[in-house]
Amino acid sequence: MYVTLRDRPGSDEPGGAGRTVKRVSSTVVLLGVVSLLTDVSSEMVASVLPLYLTAAVGLSPVAYGFLDGMYQGVSAFLRIAGGYAGDRGGQPKWVAVLGYGASALSRIAMLVATGFAAITAVVTVDRLGKGLRTAPRDALIAEASDPKMLGRAFGVHRTLDTIGAAIGPLVAFALLAAVPGSYDSIWVVSFAFAVIGVAVLVLFVPNLRTAAGTARIGLRRAFRAVAGRSLRRPLLAAGVLGLLTVGDGFLYLALQERDDFAAVYFPLLYVGTNLVYLALAVPMGRLADRVGRARVLVAGHGALLAAYLLGALPTGGLGLTLAVLALLGVFYAATDGVLPALISRLVPDEARGSGIAAAQTVVALARFASSVVFGLLWSLQGPAWSLLLFAGLLLLAVPGVAWLLRGIDSTEVNA
Amino acid sequence: MSPKARLALLAAILAVTLAGSVGYVWNVRRDQAATLAAAPAVSAGGDLGAMRSQPHLVFRSTALGQGYGQVAVVPLSAPAGPRAFTSASCERVYATAADAICLSADRGLVTTYKAQLLDTAWAPMRDLPLTGLPSRARLSRDGSLAATTTFVFGDSYANPGQFSTRTVVTRTDGEVVGDIEKFELVVDGKVITAADKNLWGVTFLDDDRFYATAASGGKTWLVDGNLSQRRVTSVRGDVECPSLSPDLTRVAFKKHGDLPAGKWRLAVYDLRNGRETVLAETRSVDDQVEWLDDATVIYGLPREDQTSASSDVWAVPADGTGEPKVLVSDAWSPAVVR
Repeated sequence: MYVTLRDRPGSDEPGGAGRTVKRVSSTVVLLGVVSLLTDVSSEMVASVLPLYLTAAVGLSPVAYGFLDGMYQGVSAFLRIAGGYAGDRGGQPKWVAVLGYGASALSRIAMLVATGFAAITAVVTVDRLGKGLRTAPRDALIAEASDPKMLGRAFGVHRTLDTIGAAIGPLVAFALLAAVPGSYDSIWVVSFAFAVIGVAVLVLFVPNLRTAAGTARIGLRRAFRAVAGRSLRRPLLAAGVLGLLTVGDGFLYLALQERDDFAAVYFPLLYVGTNLVYLALAVPMGRLADRVGRARVLVAGHGALLAAYLLGALPTGGLGLTLAVLALLGVFYAATDGVLPALISRLVPDEARGSGIAAAQTVVALARFASSVVFGLLWSLQGPAWSLLLFAGLLLLAVPGVAWLLRGIDSTEVNA
Repeated sequence: MSPKARLALLAAILAVTLAGSVGYVWNVRRDQAATLAAAPAVSAGGDLGAMRSQPHLVFRSTALGQGYGQVAVVPLSAPAGPRAFTSASCERVYATAADAICLSADRGLVTTYKAQLLDTAWAPMRDLPLTGLPSRARLSRDGSLAATTTFVFGDSYANPGQFSTRTVVTRTDGEVVGDIEKFELVVDGKVITAADKNLWGVTFLDDDRFYATAASGGKTWLVDGNLSQRRVTSVRGDVECPSLSPDLTRVAFKKHGDLPAGKWRLAVYDLRNGRETVLAETRSVDDQVEWLDDATVIYGLPREDQTSASSDVWAVPADGTGEPKVLVSDAWSPAVVR
């Protein structure tokens, strides 16, 4: 696995006149390992939570889903706070430690949490920790990386992250097979993974100071950097695209209604998407570094558009289902790591965390709004009609956004 | 800290967490083995055949130890007495004198579920179609029709209260009558075509008519349905998981009212005069109740102390009086066979 994390030696940069070996900074790989361990930990819990709540606590899945939606919104706001706190103190590492630490502690709290309210409180702490750590971590990745290979660096990080997300459920189900019904064992092992992740972060990730030793960035300054001219167009673009991004859960639902394979393997559909994402995160990041991050970001939404169209077809089948999963994977690979890579070069170094957080929050909130609207349309008009509408809107939006972001790949802030 | 010290510290943390978690899991495994080896918490015994020849209760035994998850039988005359175990293992079970329906899970990376019809010797006769997580199972009185409800997980994200069910009615000779969610839904005289309609919790009246829950746009109704006309019609709002009384005059159900999400109260609706009675059970019940006789309903409730994944079957008078009592401990998914 490790081989894929490095670039091929003797790299493809002809004008690179004696530059050092082209490979991703060790800080990025370390942050990737931290994310991998943390994702093993969180996906272990996430994969058994519905089963635990329904089988052991005796709750219908509906009640859990209700609260899940609410916490996503809280998490989005905390993300901005995390980004700003990292910038303000100039020490994003310790903000990230706080976020990872909170999630780790929430695992062990599952041991004593009984009842619906306590369990949802614990799940919330985990979500909040995730919101807090994301932006400062991405700021660290940007700080540690050569600006020319930001896309690749984020690609490597997201690959490791996704590997963790794939391993987590396997560990959880292996445990349940060894000690049937012992959910406590899952919380304990999950806690162990999270602790090791935090240890790697604390002990080995250098505390890169983002603001180049100068004055701390004030709230007003950070706001100006985020709301300023340089980010206005990309944030607007991210918002418009986010508004037209339907949650993949809806696409999976559309698939299961017409295809028995998708219905039986419903809980595994996201794994298919993740596998494609995993395989393509680094190549897409490299492509973004070469041809332009904005371009790849916009083109990724073409894959999403195709996924909508295939999802709206009246008849299904195994091939179509797999094609939709693959297209979703392409979409995530072309957008998830590419967006922070794009943003981090458009804001001054000392406001990097805030800038990345702003973009990710805009996307999260826009997608949330999109899910609400889409859910409503779905219940009124059915999946096919709604998907076609969103596909049509996306078809109009993609060229518009491409125009909005023209030339942005060559814009860079000199800190 | 020098790099060497950092490595040493990480090694120490690795050793501690590894030893701690492996030790914990190993300990749980040993405890589980010990519990299994210990004597069963419930008394087992009695002749299965003799018990079946009198009115009896069929349920999933959740007593830890041998027989966990297995279907067991007690006579109605002595529900707290020794239980006779059958060979079938089910997550949810329902039975008539003629046959039984068993929903079971193969836990694994993809947990898959099966619905099987069992004959009077508890041997599988036929697989019924099933997709998703089984939630309810019912047979018609003579055992010739089977209804299963499953959750095909809905998208929970940003979608409060939304989920997707499938409810399939099958003749026990194998003929699929259909997914009743595709039936025409008439609420207050208007046909509802919304794509988010769900139907679940079937209770059969005879070979054709049934009651069930219909939901759309966050509302639920008791619906009266016909298999032959492929239509269901609303009777009353805020009714989930109806269950018809043996004398066919009343429907017991769970009522959401203004309770928090995921909470229900048990109530009984009288089909003759439209009167609703809230029962004395104050805890939230998420189960399709069963009638012990014309005066008493029974239902499963998870244990409140979290020591085990166990549950008990409780009984409460159907007229709103009295108080709930444990009918069978360490039991789930009760079915009364008269």
